[in-house]
Amino acid sequence: MLILTYPENQLPDPELMIDDLKCIHCGNSCGKSPVIFEGNPFCCSGCSTVYQILNASQLKQYYQIEPMAGIKIDETQLPASETYSFLDLDQFKSKILNFSEGGISKVSFFIPEIHCASCIWLLENLHSLNKGIIQSFVNFPKKEINITFNENEISLRQLVNLLVSIHYIPEINQHSIDKKSTDQSDKKLFIKIGIAGFSFMNAMIYHFPQYLPGNEFLEADMKKLFGWLSVLLAIPVLFYSASDYFLTAYKSLKKKMISIDLPIALGLITLFTQSLVEILSGKGIGYIDSLTGLVFFMLIGRWYQGKTYQALSFERDYKTYFPLAVTKITDSGNVTIPLEDLKSGDQILVRNQEIVPADSILKSATASIDYSFVTGESMPVTKKAGDSVFAGGRQIGSAIELTIEKEVQQSYLTQLWNQVENPLTAENKLNTIVNRVSQYFTVVIVLIAIGSGIFWYFNKPELALFAFTSVLIIACPCALALTVPFTFGSTMRQYGRKGFYLKNTAVIEHLYKVDTVVFDKTGTITNAQSSDIRFVGKELTSEQLLIIKSLAFHSSHPLSKTIFNFIEGDEILEVKDFQEIPSLGISALVNGIRINMGSKYFVTGEMSKEENLKTEVWIYFKDEVVGHFQLENEYRPGLGELIRKLQKTHELHLLTGDNDAEKANLIQFFGKDKSLHFNQSPTDKLNYIKKLQQEGRKVLMIGDGLNDAGALNESNVGIVIADNVFNFSPACDAILQSKQFGKLDKFIQFTHRSMTVVKAGFLISFLYNVVGLSFAVQGNLTPIVAAILMPISSVSVVAFASFSIHLSAKQMLRE
Amino acid sequence: MSVVFVLVFAAIIMAGAFLIAFIWSVKNGQYEDTYTPSVRMLFDDPEVKSDTEKEKSRSDQSQLAEKNEKKKSRSDQSQLIEKRFWKRSRQSR
Repeated sequence: MLILTYPENQLPDPELMIDDLKCIHCGNSCGKSPVIFEGNPFCCSGCSTVYQILNASQLKQYYQIEPMAGIKIDETQLPASETYSFLDLDQFKSKILNFSEGGISKVSFFIPEIHCASCIWLLENLHSLNKGIIQSFVNFPKKEINITFNENEISLRQLVNLLVSIHYIPEINQHSIDKKSTDQSDKKLFIKIGIAGFSFMNAMIYHFPQYLPGNEFLEADMKKLFGWLSVLLAIPVLFYSASDYFLTAYKSLKKKMISIDLPIALGLITLFTQSLVEILSGKGIGYIDSLTGLVFFMLIGRWYQGKTYQALSFERDYKTYFPLAVTKITDSGNVTIPLEDLKSGDQILVRNQEIVPADSILKSATASIDYSFVTGESMPVTKKAGDSVFAGGRQIGSAIELTIEKEVQQSYLTQLWNQVENPLTAENKLNTIVNRVSQYFTVVIVLIAIGSGIFWYFNKPELALFAFTSVLIIACPCALALTVPFTFGSTMRQYGRKGFYLKNTAVIEHLYKVDTVVFDKTGTITNAQSSDIRFVGKELTSEQLLIIKSLAFHSSHPLSKTIFNFIEGDEILEVKDFQEIPSLGISALVNGIRINMGSKYFVTGEMSKEENLKTEVWIYFKDEVVGHFQLENEYRPGLGELIRKLQKTHELHLLTGDNDAEKANLIQFFGKDKSLHFNQSPTDKLNYIKKLQQEGRKVLMIGDGLNDAGALNESNVGIVIADNVFNFSPACDAILQSKQFGKLDKFIQFTHRSMTVVKAGFLISFLYNVVGLSFAVQGNLTPIVAAILMPISSVSVVAFASFSIHLSAKQMLRE
Repeated sequence: MSVVFVLVFAAIIMAGAFLIAFIWSVKNGQYEDTYTPSVRMLFDDPEVKSDTEKEKSRSDQSQLAEKNEKKKSRSDQSQLIEKRFWKRSRQSR
């Protein structure tokens, strides 16, 4: 296998050397030095390796279904093959496999990278890559693959490594194991809707003749038959499809609360008993069509509201983040042990791209730890032997040895996570707008029912009971109950289209009530991906810059790449005697000149005295230290405008773990320094939110890393900013795509519009109720009035809610 | 009017059959993924590539035969069209 790279060899096809060459695997720009294989350009050797694997197995169609659909993962960022050695152990295998018998096993993985038709095609043709794979099926909305394979030919570990080799890295963690037995509730709801729909349609057919002129000629037998069939149809609807309404009504009554489900349950029961009495006595046919229709519409509302983003996860805790197993170093060699068996004092091995599972002390000489998930800081931190390394960091570079200080459960981040249980959720559930309204609603309706019953008792006693039940029947708050699901459901879908994903519809109401916004700094208001670079020191000549660029080209460290891209120019000089000292720096002879580049310690021999949070790359040129590159995170575009707009309506705060070096810049944005807080530990952040809440404020926290997890959980609404929403993010209420950060004020403002729509929907359903009640209190409610009024009110409220949200979104959320 | 009784029961049995089919399809997991099948059905079947030369030549032969057959049918068709053309022109004359 020969890979030709640009500096050493001529390109096979000079015409390919247009400025913006795109990698045929991933579509990224190949930059100035593409990797060429079989005349195709690639941006990196990682992409070309995948191409070669697919090419060898006749799977090149992958590139034809969707061009440039591949996933770019730098070779240095791929997990080591030993990372998955725990999959050979039976205790893990049995947990991960869905099924295993006679060598045939089934397994399903969550693969966040699945994104297009090519992915589906390739993953369903895995059997071409390895004969041991019998069948593979992709569930695209869930980003899940189900594989049936022959364990005699390919082991679980080999299977995972195969997926990794084509850059589809499956997520294997505690969360994915626990998740196995869920997803049954959706099926149940579908069946309930199906049964309700079936009964509704058939009951309508039986009731219809009654509403036509001349129905008095209908034979008595026929009437009886239709009546009894209707009752039969109503029974499964009442006892199965509508069972949830009775259960929640009963539960909330036990807590001495009135929820929206109580008037619904009351209405359904009266509808059924009234119908039963009418049918048994042969007086009429009852209201079964209205009853089944109501349940059908309400269940559809529930389904519409409950639809969630299947591939997104809002509930992740620390377990999802940590590996299932670690490599322990013992006298008799390395063994893989489950994470929960890890004890303090154990020696462990952490390889490239693996997570440090517990607070520990570094034993190896150096380590380069990437805390981007924890703090949002994108540049890795260098650690030396004897330094303590906190759990949650990711090692970059060669394997390191660590001594465990605290067990996983006692580690700093884990503890922070465990002490917070969102106390708001339970209470807030009952304090929604629909439940507040329904409290008054229920009381008023029961009073009207009793009032009209008493009135008729003294005037026309035979009408008293009928008037009483009629009020309860017609006032069944179906339209009321449908307003919120459809308004908020549509709002959530509109948000989703714009890159703002909510955990559930309840978040909208919390977002509406928010009056204080707290920002995290690093990774939240700063951009984790791109940085401002400037050089501090002597002015560099163009020749020197070229030499630095050439040196940086040979290293795969993210900092080298940033510098390589920062320096302009096409030419690359020949580099001799290249050495990379892990976690310290690189050194080489270019044009006969010795150049060292790396950490301050590596280049100058001095330790940095103060804890400097800015990332620096020092340069030693010929015989002197010429200076250093300084990398600063840049603020997200649109930050200034966003803050200016939000300031008008909300109180803003900033919490950051960094020192106050950036204070001057931040004051420009925030105006005053009172609300800026520096050097905040994760616990400080959490306590700050608590303090604000004790002052009666409703807090929105916006963060990105694990160190915000406590604060995100404690706040009324926690929003996580993510570049890739499918990748790991701490538990939260909503995930915001980083590109949409500048629109946050519009999203918050839009909740006000949603609330207006909800209130208007309530008004509409009240108007219908007034019309219906005017029939009911007079004792004039006939089945036909109910059969017309009830579906019309439901459908019109649903249409009003969906359309007005759709139109508002077009107006308010457009680009 | 007794025919209505029969119709009512026939209707409810049919509707019930569909309800059962729906419940079965839900339990069978057909609503779990409503997107992937729409993509999957558009994939082409893999090209069958024969391993040995013998099989290849055989398939080549069969392809050749197929081609000849097509050619033949094409020439048949063109003859038919010619015939019809002359017939029609004669009639018009």
